Amino acid sequence: MLRHISSVAKRELKGYFNSPVAYIFIFFFLVLCGFFTFNVSKFYEAGQADLRGFFIWHPWLYLFLVPAVGMRLWAEERRSGTIEILLTLPLTVGEAVVGKFIAAWAFIGIALALTFPLVLTVAYLGQPDYGAIITGYLGSFLMAGAYLAVSGVMSATTRSQVIGFILAVVACLFFVLAGWAPVTDALVKWAPGWLVTLVSGLSFMPHYESIQRGVIDSRDLIYYASMIGFMLFLNSAVLNNRKAS
Amino acid sequence: MITVQNLVKRFGARTAVNGVSFDVGAGEVLGFLGPNGAGKSTTMRMLTCFIPPTEGTATVHGFDIVQQPVQVRQHIGYLPENAPVYHDMSVAGYLRFMAEIRGVRGPRLQARVDEIIETCYLKGVRNQSIGTLSKGYKQRVCFAQAILHDPPILILDEPTDGLDPNQKYEVRQLIKRMGERKCIILSTHILEEVDAVCTRAIIIAKGKIVANGTPAELRARSSLHGAVTMAVRGITEKDAMGVLGGLPNVYHVKPLGESNGCLQLRVLPKAGAQIAYSISAVARERKWAVEEFHVEQGRLDEVFRTITNE
Repeated sequence: MLRHISSVAKRELKGYFNSPVAYIFIFFFLVLCGFFTFNVSKFYEAGQADLRGFFIWHPWLYLFLVPAVGMRLWAEERRSGTIEILLTLPLTVGEAVVGKFIAAWAFIGIALALTFPLVLTVAYLGQPDYGAIITGYLGSFLMAGAYLAVSGVMSATTRSQVIGFILAVVACLFFVLAGWAPVTDALVKWAPGWLVTLVSGLSFMPHYESIQRGVIDSRDLIYYASMIGFMLFLNSAVLNNRKAS
Repeated sequence: MITVQNLVKRFGARTAVNGVSFDVGAGEVLGFLGPNGAGKSTTMRMLTCFIPPTEGTATVHGFDIVQQPVQVRQHIGYLPENAPVYHDMSVAGYLRFMAEIRGVRGPRLQARVDEIIETCYLKGVRNQSIGTLSKGYKQRVCFAQAILHDPPILILDEPTDGLDPNQKYEVRQLIKRMGERKCIILSTHILEEVDAVCTRAIIIAKGKIVANGTPAELRARSSLHGAVTMAVRGITEKDAMGVLGGLPNVYHVKPLGESNGCLQLRVLPKAGAQIAYSISAVARERKWAVEEFHVEQGRLDEVFRTITNE
């Protein structure tokens, strides 16, 4: 089982770096990270040796960049027909889903790791709290995984990468905003209390913010793990249903 | 090796495959013929467990396609229609991936990939990116992928589609060679391919099997089967019609016109009768100058058209 997953993941990751998409993605991710950190958050002017001004933008950056990675996961396989070979290999749909997810997640992880000069900068300028930086990266990576798992499901529903992208952005936006007051207010008027709690509990944001504060709470980890797990399960189910259409 | 029982596939209200049953054994090359949309690809997709049947089932190498899909796939090599292969990989990289996921590991892996690159004439492009290859090469890469793990069963959806005549010939030779040991199902539109490689053919139309037999048996269903086509110099049409039409087993004489001063005729026999000998005897007796004499075997394309238009 692990052998299958790792074979799929390795191929997928190699595929990223054999096409210009990977380099374009990494380039824009790094440029945008730099722009928001230095020009919008005013990193130097703030005079703080921490990376809060960097991590605060991640939910919004991921909102567009992660669907851009996730959109091709299955839509491209379905459009080109390669899915027919992949899913007639002696492996299960679940193994293929997990393998591809791991590759895409690792790819985002690589892009995230390439922001390391920022860490060097704060280390040079002052005495940062390394614990907060590590949890910041961990939280950001976990949240990227949740975005990606949602994007994967959307990608599996269509043969068009563009439609996959749009659906993924909308779905991710829902998960970002689910806990936001205007959304919950709109629900409170007509939905039962438990539903409001459920919807707001689904949001990425509170879990991201709590990890950003430097605290790793097992509830946040369980949230991300179950979010990703459920989305991968949904992804397999969608594929089983729609792979031939 | 493959036993198919009453396989049915419906997509919504449309029935793509409607109660198909057949058997294929080792050493057989089964040709799947039929017009576009007849259900060939759908049947193949069910046999490779890509889509589940709506009703019925099949066993492949002793495993059930509904209950044991992973085991079934282990014993199958599959070439889907249009040869879908990853464009963002090199030929060797792709084949290495396929070998790895098929469980070929360690030093065996590189040896096997080299071997298959040799067999499928891919040496010149081994490090090229698949996206830059011509259709013929992509087809061969996909074919290589299907035979990489030396499966006992091969399912090939239009294996020679997009190849030039030389490549077609090579691939057919390859299929023929492998067909001696393996069980092969291939679909095709090209009827000469059936003659070239298949030991048996199934014609499928509107989701149902309408004919199942050896290429010779199918050809015998042609109205031309056993007909004599001949060219005779220096006789009149009326004369020939009179003489040949009077022979006991002749059903009909059809003049095909004149060319180079020769009268062209086609003589059709009564069902199942042999007429070549009596025609040649009459021609000798009357000292006709016979320039051409040909006994028709029947034509697959005619059989195909008749059966699938019914």
